[in-house]
Amino acid sequence: MSNDHTRKLVTIITEAALEHSLLRDFKRLGAKGHTITEARGSGHRGVRSAGWESNSNIRIEVICNEAVAQAITQHLQDQYYANYAMVVYSSDVSVLRPDKF
Amino acid sequence: MAVIDPIILFFLLGLAASAMRSELRLPAAVYDFVSILLLLAIGLKGGVELARQPFGSLLPQMLAVVLMGSMLPLVAFPVLRLIGRMNRADAASIAAHYGSVSVGTYAVAVSWFDARQIDFEAHMPLLLTLLEVPAILVGIVLARGLSRETRWSDVAHEVFLGKGIVLLLGGLLIGWIAGEDGLVSIKPLFIDLFKGFLAIFLLEMGLIAAAQLGTLRRHGVFLLLFGIGMPLFSSVVGAALGWGLGLSVGGTAMLAVLAASASYIAVPAAMRISVPDANPTLSLTASLGITFPFNILLGIPIYYALAQQLHAWLGS
Repeated sequence: MSNDHTRKLVTIITEAALEHSLLRDFKRLGAKGHTITEARGSGHRGVRSAGWESNSNIRIEVICNEAVAQAITQHLQDQYYANYAMVVYSSDVSVLRPDKF
Repeated sequence: MAVIDPIILFFLLGLAASAMRSELRLPAAVYDFVSILLLLAIGLKGGVELARQPFGSLLPQMLAVVLMGSMLPLVAFPVLRLIGRMNRADAASIAAHYGSVSVGTYAVAVSWFDARQIDFEAHMPLLLTLLEVPAILVGIVLARGLSRETRWSDVAHEVFLGKGIVLLLGGLLIGWIAGEDGLVSIKPLFIDLFKGFLAIFLLEMGLIAAAQLGTLRRHGVFLLLFGIGMPLFSSVVGAALGWGLGLSVGGTAMLAVLAASASYIAVPAAMRISVPDANPTLSLTASLGITFPFNILLGIPIYYALAQQLHAWLGS
């Protein structure tokens, strides 16, 4: 597998209320696409059980190049970490069509 | 007539199940579906009534209600700040919750009134819709001032295109355009089954409300007193306004219910976006864990008695 096929997978688990503004930010920062799934779990802000809308979580996954991944994680740290339930992590993934991301 | 409305028993079942840590939980999609049906049904009923009367004659009531929705947070805010010793963001957020309305509380009140054959002005859903919005805007200004940082376009999107407003307004318009005869074909779902859906909705609300109560222990007596005292105060304002606007006893009581109810859907979502530093647990514990159960279990009969007293003292 050539190194050209390696991209960053950035995963964000956060409050569903943020979906609209996060997706707009990601687009502006250069992400070409995203995947959202409903999520539930617990952390230091308590149980997020997704029983109803004010208490529901989403998991956003973005596959992008290193620079965009940096920009996204930095932006999240600056804007959202202080006040929202949010977990962000990134990992290397190999993709079949690098031009797509 | 039963001593206690069966839909209230569903709420108590939810509370009990959650308190005993039952595995019971409704799928989120079921809760969504049921709340969509309730919002549409309430809108449709109000819309049919709007078709019957000239819109202009309702304008003074609409303005008065918007004014009330803006004033209530201004009363709650200093109480929360000075007596509750809360920070500005938390006080503003909770104040906004109490200025806005709860559609669930309204639905329970409708059912309570129907069971006792109490008439009320049928255009109430219009006033309900209007009351959702002003408190949110007042709350944001209380928290941040007229700051440039507030993304007002986001706020407007959240407030006016949220599920509640779209479905209530949509229902009002459909009911208004279609009229009573036009709605005959969909009446079985929205009107006849209303109470059944309300029962399922309240089961879920019981589960959610009990979950909030866990956090109450940490936030103490003030929140409990505020969650009961504020709706009692607001109900007096609402009833006085209802009387002043010349509403019937039932209508006066219904406006008292609207004033007393606290939002737990539209406002939390809007506050989360616009006042992120406010702790959502505080406001939800108050509005959902204390005020909602208080209103549907004890408040509604109290507000009706209040409206009767007011009309007896001051004349209709």
